[in-house]
Amino acid sequence: MRKWPLIAVPYLWLLLLFLVPFLIVIKISLSDAALSIPPYTPTLDLAAGWAGLRQFLSELDFENYAFLASDDLYWRAYLSSLQIATVSTVLTLMLGFPIAYGMACAPEEWRPTLMMLVILPFWTSLLIRVYAWMGILSTEGFLNNFLQWLGVIDAPLMILNTQNAVYIGIVYTYLPFMILPIYSALEKLDGSLIEAAEDLGCTRTKAFWLITVPLSRPGIIAGCFLVFIPALGEFVIPSLLGGSETLMIGKVLWEEFFNNRDWPVASAVAVVLLLILIIPIVLFQRNEQKQREAGK
Amino acid sequence: MKRLSWFNITALTVGFAFLYLPILILMIYSFNGGRNVAIWAGFSTKWYGELFRDQAFLDAAWVTVKVALAASTFATVLGTMAALVLVRVGRFPGRTLFSGMIYAPLVMPEVITGLSLLLLFISLGVDRGVFTIILAHTTFAMCYVSVVVSSRLVTFDQSLEEAARDLGCSPVSAFRLVTLPIIAPAVISGWLLAFTLSLDDLVISSFTTGPSATTLPMEIYSSVRRGVSPKINALSTIMISIVALAVIGTSIAAKRAAVRAQRDEQAAARATG
Amino acid sequence: MAVPLFAPWNDPAQKPLIQFKNVTKRFGDFVAIDNQSLDIYTREFFALLGPSGCGKTTMMRMLAGFEQPSEGQILIGGQDMKGVPPNERPVNMMFQSYALFPHLSVYENIAFGLRRMGQPKDQIDARVEEMLRLTRLSKFARRKPHQISGGQRQRVALARSLARAPKLLLLDEPLGALDKKLREETQFELMDIQEKTGTTFVIVTHDQEEAMTVSSRIAVMDEGRIIQVATPSVIYEAPNSVYVADFIGDVTIIEGSVRSVGPVYDIDWAEGQPPLRAASPLALSVGQKCHIAIRPEKVEVHHSRPEDDNALQGRIIDVGYGGNLSTFNIRLANGKFLRAQSFNTERKTKQEFTWEDDVWVSWTDHCAVLLAE
Repeated sequence: MRKWPLIAVPYLWLLLLFLVPFLIVIKISLSDAALSIPPYTPTLDLAAGWAGLRQFLSELDFENYAFLASDDLYWRAYLSSLQIATVSTVLTLMLGFPIAYGMACAPEEWRPTLMMLVILPFWTSLLIRVYAWMGILSTEGFLNNFLQWLGVIDAPLMILNTQNAVYIGIVYTYLPFMILPIYSALEKLDGSLIEAAEDLGCTRTKAFWLITVPLSRPGIIAGCFLVFIPALGEFVIPSLLGGSETLMIGKVLWEEFFNNRDWPVASAVAVVLLLILIIPIVLFQRNEQKQREAGK
Repeated sequence: MKRLSWFNITALTVGFAFLYLPILILMIYSFNGGRNVAIWAGFSTKWYGELFRDQAFLDAAWVTVKVALAASTFATVLGTMAALVLVRVGRFPGRTLFSGMIYAPLVMPEVITGLSLLLLFISLGVDRGVFTIILAHTTFAMCYVSVVVSSRLVTFDQSLEEAARDLGCSPVSAFRLVTLPIIAPAVISGWLLAFTLSLDDLVISSFTTGPSATTLPMEIYSSVRRGVSPKINALSTIMISIVALAVIGTSIAAKRAAVRAQRDEQAAARATG
Repeated sequence: MAVPLFAPWNDPAQKPLIQFKNVTKRFGDFVAIDNQSLDIYTREFFALLGPSGCGKTTMMRMLAGFEQPSEGQILIGGQDMKGVPPNERPVNMMFQSYALFPHLSVYENIAFGLRRMGQPKDQIDARVEEMLRLTRLSKFARRKPHQISGGQRQRVALARSLARAPKLLLLDEPLGALDKKLREETQFELMDIQEKTGTTFVIVTHDQEEAMTVSSRIAVMDEGRIIQVATPSVIYEAPNSVYVADFIGDVTIIEGSVRSVGPVYDIDWAEGQPPLRAASPLALSVGQKCHIAIRPEKVEVHHSRPEDDNALQGRIIDVGYGGNLSTFNIRLANGKFLRAQSFNTERKTKQEFTWEDDVWVSWTDHCAVLLAE
């Protein structure tokens, strides 16, 4: 059959460079830290056959996970990642929905341009976009200068290197992910439904809450997950905008790996992060599936 | 729905100001003569000059472009193959695993992808450098390419390929002569996406590189960690301008083509009556 | 001089071009074609007719080589087609969607199949020109498919599939995408081109009028089975089943049972009503359940009782004025409805019959078709 090479090439590529690496992470997370390079034991000796496998399995243990559970640094990092991701998702929704709604209300000939304006930042480097905020939020930065010039504040505010800067960074970075699914849900919405609701006695505001919001719910849910999922494991934003007290698990993993060189613990951190992520990912998939079925 | 109220206009203005002002400020201050990024000290292009004299940045830029060109090309080939498998090949053993492996990297935190690939390269004893970054970028970018290409393939009229077979093509030549030219725009935009993803990546590159190779985002990151620098503003301005011109250019070209096609169709309808 | 009647299916000396031999096609558990056999002869314009999902498209796709029979054999020109891929069959297909290559001009679309045959360039040019002339498309050769109208696209698709001079041309709902007026014009054009090129055409359609107009023979299909294969006039005037009678044209079906046999049967159909008479070659026995199918144009409407055998009293419930003819829906004494049609051969603004008129209807013994249960 001709189709086998077509399947085999990408399949083997992904097996070798996606699945196998991940299995290695799991294996190392169950290994003991050692000072030698590579800094972990045990290794699976396939030549030793069944006995080798038993030997290998017996040396695996959960002590790295026990360590994660006992050290409250990790607990706090997971919890604060969840909290930061949740708060920023809500903030992004509050900013993104009115924009998406405005786009859907805009004249038809403007919409492609507005769409492009939303997508354009996505093409530019995340690093640069985050960096742009460093110059704005620092104590001698643009925002503080501006506010002082206005006379709103006397002394510069400390925003950069705080959790607030992380919120701003996440909202800014992931805003397009929130706007696009909501906009596409709103755009499909039949305008006559609103008119029908008004005809049946709703005020415009009431029609908005009773018709527009429920019908755009799949878009809202998709947008929230698209912000929440990447925000949870974010590294660049907390590292550049957050302060030393900003704990996010992506940053902890990076430091564990590069600064402490504790690979087994870093691997265990990664596995737990992924386990946490599975829940929103599955929920997101289910939402998408429902929408696809509704579309048919 | 189709009434633009004051509320809508305010939302759009505030929203787009929020999206674009930071970038605008960043670009304006790249022409600032002074060292302090926030205090305007007259127009100057000296930071651009300094940037082009900085060998570390130039080297990093060259590495980045090399990596992005290679990775996006491999990713386009592999991603298109994967899209064909996803859309065209019905059931085969391990299909669920395959589609899972295509979609998982899209939601996988970069730190995990980077970490796992690094551990793989160490286990295999591969020398880390440009080569390993290319492998890593190809892997995550091919998933994006396959999503872009498969969404085009889903709407592709299969009878076109059957017609080519009917008119004497082998399956391979039917793909080359008919399918590929028609899905080419999606393949190209997949390539562009892979290229920019590779160009912008910091985290995965940092994990998978060795001492020999530093990419531009890595260089920017280590410089930015020390604080704001007008040189980075200048570099960012150049990168943003290139991307913006490319994106706006392609979208204008696409729009023109669409308008022309529509006009042709209308003319044809009139001509035949 | 009379043109000899084209009827190779009646000539045992003729060898069929296409033979389906006990072909079954299954998709998983679903049986698309159920053990069917069929012969199609050279130069025929053969129609596969049926509702959607009846298996007609599967029959065609098996001929083109896009599907393989699960069981049985398909022969083209006496050669077994098992394992022969679509690109190596002496068959071309015109797709329902036309499947014109959007990135190629009209000219290149038509030349596509010729280039695959590796013909020299001047030969290809000559053949494409010929096809363009045949389909009156010479002016549009340089245009792309999206730059021409629907009717022109249809002709490009036809020219492209004919360019390789196939022994057999398959047409999948070739006129389905055209509007009614264009469809009628194109039907005659298709017949003309079929005659000029001498190619065997197999057309798949769900439109019974189209099948009746263009084809030499029709196979009426339902649920994976061929119900009847015959010329259009036989299908219309002598359907072999209630299904065929009902599918083709307008008809009233009356249920009944045989009272007396003979060349002309008496059929009991309602309490207290005289039996209906119908001539039939069928061999039915007394008391057997049967159906009478009667076409509305065979029914005459009268003000008073006519002399005919099958005369029934009724009342006009609906009148449909269609310009050239009028259709009446008549309620009979037992509450059943019967349709009748009369041609408006004279210019009259006032109709002879109208709503709520009490009328008589009648037809002759030979106009009704007797069908077994």
